[in-house]
Amino acid sequence: MTADAASSLDAFFAAAIAMEEEAAQRYEEFADAMDTHNNAEVASMFRRLAAVEARHADELMAQRGWTALPLMPRIEFEGCEGPETTPADAVHYLMTPWHALSLALANEERAVRFFEQLARSTTDETVRRAALEFKAEEEEHVVLVREWMGRVEKPPVDWAVDPDPPRYTD
Amino acid sequence: MDLAEAPARAPRTAAAYKSSYKPIWCPGCGDFSVLSAITKALAKLDLTPENVAVVSGIGCSSRIPAYTSCYGFHGVHGRALAAATGLKVARPDLTVLVTGGDGDGYSIGGNHFLHACRRNVDLTYVVMDNHVYGMTKGQPSPTTEPDWDSKLSPGGTGVRAFHPLVIALASGANFVARAFSGDPNGTAEVIAQAIVHPGFSFVEVLSPCVTFRPEQRDWKDAVHPAPVEATDDPARAARRIMTDDGFNLGVLYKGNRAPYKGYPAPARAGVADLEKEFEL
Repeated sequence: MTADAASSLDAFFAAAIAMEEEAAQRYEEFADAMDTHNNAEVASMFRRLAAVEARHADELMAQRGWTALPLMPRIEFEGCEGPETTPADAVHYLMTPWHALSLALANEERAVRFFEQLARSTTDETVRRAALEFKAEEEEHVVLVREWMGRVEKPPVDWAVDPDPPRYTD
Repeated sequence: MDLAEAPARAPRTAAAYKSSYKPIWCPGCGDFSVLSAITKALAKLDLTPENVAVVSGIGCSSRIPAYTSCYGFHGVHGRALAAATGLKVARPDLTVLVTGGDGDGYSIGGNHFLHACRRNVDLTYVVMDNHVYGMTKGQPSPTTEPDWDSKLSPGGTGVRAFHPLVIALASGANFVARAFSGDPNGTAEVIAQAIVHPGFSFVEVLSPCVTFRPEQRDWKDAVHPAPVEATDDPARAARRIMTDDGFNLGVLYKGNRAPYKGYPAPARAGVADLEKEFEL
């Protein structure tokens, strides 16, 4: 759903802020869930990712000179939610920081495609320029997340094996 | 654009309806998104948290009242609708939501479900259906497929699955919808419509149990928006619901039956009169 975001620069920024806010909220939810399941390392990773997304939203607000959040549109891209929002079912209680970063990478890559498509579809030149600028930023994020992934340990093949699993139905 | 022209923010955000208690659901559980959808719906309608009550029974999804900043009642198994009915009739000024799962609502609470639909009190019932009893380790529920094979039901139960939407419609629910937890924004829209619609509103949310039914992760590829608008004709709605594939999302029926409001409160002079009423 990029048509509204492409209609004006205000709509574009509202959409971009909505994306970042939604992504931050989802990371926070994941962090809480991981804390509850004693996976502190991944909880901390998700909280860092949430802080990054929230900071992006704040920066966009400042860039636009807005002090109050706009009425945020519903953004759907390649799924039911915004391009930077991790699907709610994509986590596992035994996941590792590397998994969390691989989810973040997928989100950033989706954001690149979103802004690319938006730049192509808009007829507003100011929106097109902004979309290309944001696309370039998201491409930088892709590189940063890839570098980050290189610094964390890759999970072993049996990372999901739990000697005391919650289920006994199979 | 200067600041004065910046679009106004909604008076309350979804976060205003969340409590400080963190859900203990399994990571990836669909119920996280339903909680999010409920808070988004309340924010969309800008309801005052203290004028909203969330009532539940027992089960994973029945934990929702504690995770909201609204008034809550975590009742006994299967009896959420009975408690909510009493609350709404006594306090019609409150917006009353009822939350629970398929085991709680369709099995032990099945009888209350039928009569809540029939009675048509102005409630919104959100059922998170994952076709399994998750909290108690994966027993088949009324909506479990008859051939679902597990150690607790070897070879499957062989029992035909309950069809909650058809039952709700046949029993008199005034609003019938199906949503999917993987689409929290769409679910929020449906729940907001359900709250606003008078009478008993039933929202069945397909909410995967990633622990006991991991195959339900595939639901995101199966769901699709209902191809037609909601109807106010129960016969037409019944035909659609009975012949769809179970993954048709959206508002499927919007009736116009007047809600039941209970008996008018008797005029009483005071506490003494009330005591007299209970005199032996």
